[in-house]
Amino acid sequence: MKALVWHGKEDIRCDTVTDPEIQDPRDAIIKVTSCAICGSDLHLFHNFIPGMLPGDIMGHETMGEVVEVGSGVDGKLKKGDRIVVPFTIICGECDQCKRGNFSVCETTNRKRYLADKVFGRSTAGLFGYTHLTGGYPGGQAEYLRVPFADATHIKVPEGIPDEQLLFLSDIFPTGWQAAAQCDIEPTDTVAIWGCGPVGQMAIRSAILLGANQVIAIDCLPERLSMAEAGGATTINFETESVIARLDELTDGKGPEKCIDCAGMESHVMASQPDTLLDRAKQMMMLESDRPHVLREMIYVCRAGGIISVPGVYSGFSDKLPMGAFMNKGLTMRTGQTHVNRWTDDLLRRIEEGEIDPSFVITHTAPLEQGPEMYQVFRDKRDSCVKVVLKP
Amino acid sequence: MFHFSNIVRTKGDPQIIEAGPTLKGPADQLARALGWFSIGLGAMELLAPRRITETLGMEGSETLVRAFGVREILAGVMSLSVDKNAGLWARVGGDGLDAAALLSGLTSDNPRKGNIALALLLVGGIAALDYRAAQDTKPRRPPPRAKRRLYHDRSGFPKGLAAAKERGKSLINHATAGVAS
Repeated sequence: MKALVWHGKEDIRCDTVTDPEIQDPRDAIIKVTSCAICGSDLHLFHNFIPGMLPGDIMGHETMGEVVEVGSGVDGKLKKGDRIVVPFTIICGECDQCKRGNFSVCETTNRKRYLADKVFGRSTAGLFGYTHLTGGYPGGQAEYLRVPFADATHIKVPEGIPDEQLLFLSDIFPTGWQAAAQCDIEPTDTVAIWGCGPVGQMAIRSAILLGANQVIAIDCLPERLSMAEAGGATTINFETESVIARLDELTDGKGPEKCIDCAGMESHVMASQPDTLLDRAKQMMMLESDRPHVLREMIYVCRAGGIISVPGVYSGFSDKLPMGAFMNKGLTMRTGQTHVNRWTDDLLRRIEEGEIDPSFVITHTAPLEQGPEMYQVFRDKRDSCVKVVLKP
Repeated sequence: MFHFSNIVRTKGDPQIIEAGPTLKGPADQLARALGWFSIGLGAMELLAPRRITETLGMEGSETLVRAFGVREILAGVMSLSVDKNAGLWARVGGDGLDAAALLSGLTSDNPRKGNIALALLLVGGIAALDYRAAQDTKPRRPPPRAKRRLYHDRSGFPKGLAAAKERGKSLINHATAGVAS
């Protein structure tokens, strides 16, 4: 089959690879009908997250049709079922899964000895996202083996296009969880840094969860225009002071809730010297992340507020203002998304026409053009916000 | 490389049969070679500056050579990173500094001025390569003033933004009804 394979820094190729096989009775194989490139795939493209090996198949936003099931799937899936694959692999049986903390499933990381060493405790296995999270082959391919398939799936009905359902795999529940864990109240202002695909979903989620005001921060006109369309007031950080504008929009109090949808690769610009220093340290391997957004959120958030971090951080961040964080009594909530905790509700909202996540798709291409699309997405060429690939 | 990783891959996971074409071109390979060359030269300048100054007849300039070594290593690391274009331009600038330093040693009383002339020739050749690589690896991001498509028509709410806001407000008011503020 064809698959997008990581060969090294900025080197993803469309290779011919062997087809996946059932390895365990709880496995299923799907024929992929749609997959997408995620912003967090770019961290792997840039080799900023350790643990990739040449030959690893990329991709964790995938959906398709079940073509083979193992004997232990226990009737929960059958050939021909249409499913979206959550990016977190879950067993559904461990203590964390029973609590709904699916992204920290204690069973599915088959290389937990690595994660235990690096993170202290292992998290769930993830598709196509380094050997720290199991080294599972990803879904930017013609076929995908879904481990623990009896639990790791979202069954979706016929009659709704892939484009509306695909993002249940990651960015829609990720944006939703980011907003939900802010405990939004009717008078709240929610400020969102980063208007990429997750940022766009977080904006819509905050609106649907009843925020009084949503403010979106980015520098790209196409993303800011999409944020405005979703109901946000926008700040272009290249032409305006984020702090001054947030003060102006909140009567000098600051937003009660702040969401970081930018993560470890904050924009680097001369007018924000800390970003230059972070980039230099990152290059010298003295720091793995560029946490400018975290610093800004801690500074500007209203005292007693909540900071939500769906953006990916990989290792170590320097110069975080813990004094301000502690004295202001802020709360930080973060984590990979507990996808299956949210998807029943989100699927219902799609079915009822409350939201259509396909608004974010700007580019659709065949799988073979995947390597070029990684570059287009990375360079923000052609006003690209989100790429869907069709195997 | 993938032949090795095929061996360590979990049994049953897909293995590469035939690798597809890479998008990395000769300019990327040149940038990588120059990056490693920069680190190697920098390490030599940092660790054995006396050997260099003796070869060039510029004894007493060891501190300057060490400083240049640090500069070379930093530019090399940058050339190997995703910001390779900035690293390569840093190398072009560094070539200028190297040439200036060498020219300052090209005096009539320097018994090693032949070596300096040779070094200048080498710096010139490497500068040409650095410049070429820097030109060829220019980021392909659109310029800041490039015309962009705008997406003002993509709310994502099939029933409209006003209806979505209304629904959000009614739900949250219902959820918080009776909660003391």
